[in-house]
Amino acid sequence: MSGTGIGARIERTEDKRFITGNGRYTDDINLPGQVYACFVRSPHAHAKITDIDVKEALALEGVVKIFTGKDMEADGLGGLICGWMVTSKDGEPMKAGEHPPLASECVRYVGDCVAVVIGESREVARLGAEAVSVSYEELDAVVEPAQAQNQNAPKVHDGIDKNLCFHWQLGDKDATDAAFDKAAHVTRLDIVNNRLIPNAIEPRAALGDYNPGSGDYTLYTTSQNPHVERLVLSAFVGIAPEHKLRVVSPDVGGGFGSKIFVYAEETACLWAAGKIRRPVKWTAERSESFLADAHGRDHVTHAELALDSDGRFLALRAHTVANLGAYLSTFSSSVPTYLYGTLLSGQYDIGAIHVEVEGVYTHTAPVDAYRGAGRPEATFVVERLVECAARETNKDPVELRKKNFITKFPHQTPVILNYDIGDYNACINRAVEMIDYKGFDERRKGSQTKGKLRGIGFSTYIEACGLAPSSAAGSLGAGVGLWESAEVRVNPTGNVEVLTGAHSHGQGHETSFAQLVSERLTIPIEDITIVHGDTASVQFGMGTYGSRSAAVGMSAIDGALDKVIAKAKRIAAHILEVQPDDIELADAAFRIKGTNKFIPWGELALNAYTAHKFSTDEIEPGLKETTFYDPTNFTFPAGCHICELEVDTQTGCVEIVDYVAVDDFGTIINPMIVEGQVHGGILQGIGQALLENGIYDVESGQLVTGSYMDYTMPRAHDAPPLRLDFTKTPAPSNPLGIKGCGEAGAIAAPAAVLNALTSAIGHEGISMPATPAKVWRSIQT
Amino acid sequence: MYPFTYHKASSIEQAQALLDVSNDSKLLAGGQTLIPTLKQHLASPGTLVDIGKIESLRFIRVEKANVVIGAATPHAQVANDKNLVQKIPALASLVGKIGDPHVRNVGTIGGSVANNDPAADYPAACLALGATIRTDKRSISADDFFTGLFETALVEQEIIVEVAFPVPALAAYEKFPNPASRYALVGVFVAQVEAGVRVAVTGAGANGVFRMTEMESALVNDWSADALEGILPSVDSLLSDLHGAADYRAHLINVMAKRAIAQTC
Repeated sequence: MSGTGIGARIERTEDKRFITGNGRYTDDINLPGQVYACFVRSPHAHAKITDIDVKEALALEGVVKIFTGKDMEADGLGGLICGWMVTSKDGEPMKAGEHPPLASECVRYVGDCVAVVIGESREVARLGAEAVSVSYEELDAVVEPAQAQNQNAPKVHDGIDKNLCFHWQLGDKDATDAAFDKAAHVTRLDIVNNRLIPNAIEPRAALGDYNPGSGDYTLYTTSQNPHVERLVLSAFVGIAPEHKLRVVSPDVGGGFGSKIFVYAEETACLWAAGKIRRPVKWTAERSESFLADAHGRDHVTHAELALDSDGRFLALRAHTVANLGAYLSTFSSSVPTYLYGTLLSGQYDIGAIHVEVEGVYTHTAPVDAYRGAGRPEATFVVERLVECAARETNKDPVELRKKNFITKFPHQTPVILNYDIGDYNACINRAVEMIDYKGFDERRKGSQTKGKLRGIGFSTYIEACGLAPSSAAGSLGAGVGLWESAEVRVNPTGNVEVLTGAHSHGQGHETSFAQLVSERLTIPIEDITIVHGDTASVQFGMGTYGSRSAAVGMSAIDGALDKVIAKAKRIAAHILEVQPDDIELADAAFRIKGTNKFIPWGELALNAYTAHKFSTDEIEPGLKETTFYDPTNFTFPAGCHICELEVDTQTGCVEIVDYVAVDDFGTIINPMIVEGQVHGGILQGIGQALLENGIYDVESGQLVTGSYMDYTMPRAHDAPPLRLDFTKTPAPSNPLGIKGCGEAGAIAAPAAVLNALTSAIGHEGISMPATPAKVWRSIQT
Repeated sequence: MYPFTYHKASSIEQAQALLDVSNDSKLLAGGQTLIPTLKQHLASPGTLVDIGKIESLRFIRVEKANVVIGAATPHAQVANDKNLVQKIPALASLVGKIGDPHVRNVGTIGGSVANNDPAADYPAACLALGATIRTDKRSISADDFFTGLFETALVEQEIIVEVAFPVPALAAYEKFPNPASRYALVGVFVAQVEAGVRVAVTGAGANGVFRMTEMESALVNDWSADALEGILPSVDSLLSDLHGAADYRAHLINVMAKRAIAQTC
């Protein structure tokens, strides 16, 4: 096989158009007669809307139309939904507050949409939005979940006591308590998992279009899952029936989870396009992205780990308060529950686990999945506990981990998941060797002579990816199946189009998916096109998140390739007058095994369509196959990340001087792309650990970190040298053995960095982000 | 942006005339503060008079014991100027660390000094070196020029023409950047000039850039980092925000001052 198949480190074919400015993003698309939307947003965290006066705005030249929530209600539109049902421990379903795309009675966070002004230009729309006069009756707001749980706290939604959406639990409480009772040592930690603001480089955008002739709607938007977007907008919001709505998600500049969700803005643009019969475009300004993209994380947790006298983990328990923000976003309820609690066994054989999670509404932007989604929060709890337990019991953190690692598979954890394969010792052994753990004490002394504190920290993480076996997801409350579809179209001239329901927004699918096809069909990668992101082309798909696209999406392609190859062999057998079993596909030709008789790939493709040389009674013409693939289990990528850092005691600055990551992603298609995914993930993890923090003012409910002046995005300057390696235990739950790699870095890194930092400063009393000011204060005596 | 009329001036005289035409006009130099402000609808001048393109204001020349920089000279040109690098390397280095390459290619010394952002770098250099800000009307010493947060001694329609920096015997600048914005959370410029030892602090003062006279006195007798041990400004005079409380900034002023001195030793 040429060097473009599975395992080949080839450059990304899509990069040429991106780096030459030829990407085609939503905002690049312009339609005749297009107008622009600007949203009137709430300046208050909590207020009653008493009046909306649009007269002055409507009088402005170029303002086309203004819609409010009342207009949408009058048109019978439904609210935005949360697609994952979580049940509280008392058996009650979660309490989902209403979520109208445009608020008409009450605003619930700063940035909540109140009206949409449509103008002939962006500037006119914006001037119009400023001219809309909204009268508010300001109400007290609450942004901290702990305060929101007070009986007399301001209520985000009427009728929801203590702002509690759900009080969920997982695991065996009695068994866990019993194990704690006989523990020789208990490690206790209070943990804050800081709120993050996603900051994809391309802001969210939407262009709604309506064809009055056919009654068809088209929505161009920045979505990680266009089919789910269409399903929600048709079945729940009710803008148009599914067959009359096309959603196109063209090139998308990063998502990190924030573009999974169905938001108010694209809903309003699409609906308004139908009302005024002109295309309506909106592109977020960066300040809107800060205010109104779904945020990530924001947990407060108390966690405990019970050990016996030998250092074996007996049990783990955690109580987490998760800030959900003002509304339930599309998948927000699943993140602090099933994507979090199920991972609390980490890589360890822990006899009993019990976790309780209170999901609480506050007057802040909705919180939903952000790179890792629940799994970084779980890893941070487990790995901080383990590191602290090692320190408290004077055990080596590596040895304590190894003593408790799961080594026999399959392994049923006490929190639903059944780990199918892994080799955790292989990862940690390699990582420890790479970082020269033995030499750490010497390096620490060297740092001391420079007046610096040096620390080393470990993070042996696990994640559940390849989301997900549909029946399992359904039993946990998912409102959708989590399979993936693929269609392989071989054209008469022999080149191939592959339609996938996965969506690439930076992951490089157009390259890595084509590598699989090149490998299987033995044809050049130049002859393969990956088609995604358009509901009019791709029959259905569940989109890209949860590190699922390779494990699930490529498995679907693999299944379709099986069918294509089988059919092509039948055709070849007819033409060559042998049995299909006698045919092999190699070097772009169908050959009778053991002979030099063959049909070239292109000739076979043409024959499939001319249908002259086989009986169409026996074989249908054409060469196109579809597969819907549902995985049999989650996949379980795992690895060991080790961070070594120095602290400048005079300033509190932290410098990561070495970072080693050894990951087991099963089969790797393109090592360069996978390394890039790990690099990016680690940088986001370092961002969470040291830099990023979404802060709301406790009194006013204003977003304090609403721009790059105050929200610290990681920069090139913050990127340490990263040294990567991989181990491999192929996933048994999919035909390719792929586990997924997109989130690993963001999951592993925060714990590795904080474990290193606390190792350096000699105490555990510091929270993320460990800014220089915070570190400096924590080391003052 | 709100609509406005844009005029590109080709000389100071033309700029003055254009300013006279309208009473809600504003000067535009590199625009690195003003343009984002306009984009956010936080300002709505009716007229912008662009003096950033006036060729005669783009220069760096040595004038006796001074290096004089034209008001419209972009940071990148200043940072890389051979004469400046030789005469006042601390200033060239400071300018080379303003913002990012984009900002340095567009932002100008005149704009920075006139804006007097409390976290900007240039004001520290002006104050510590005892620079003179020369306008179309007069010359103003740095000590008199910077009067408060975003406040200067400039009067309506007064245009900065150039800034003259005395060449110091020794000078150094140490900046502790705000982790988010990369502006100075604390920046300390130390200098030995003919007028004596001068220490200026940016990023931290509740009233903008200020001199640390206590440090200056200590350094007159003993130009060493040790001489600064324990010399901290009062926290009452310092900014406090989510990136650094006043006591942290006070501490950093001491650390940065010592590091600046250490650079020169």
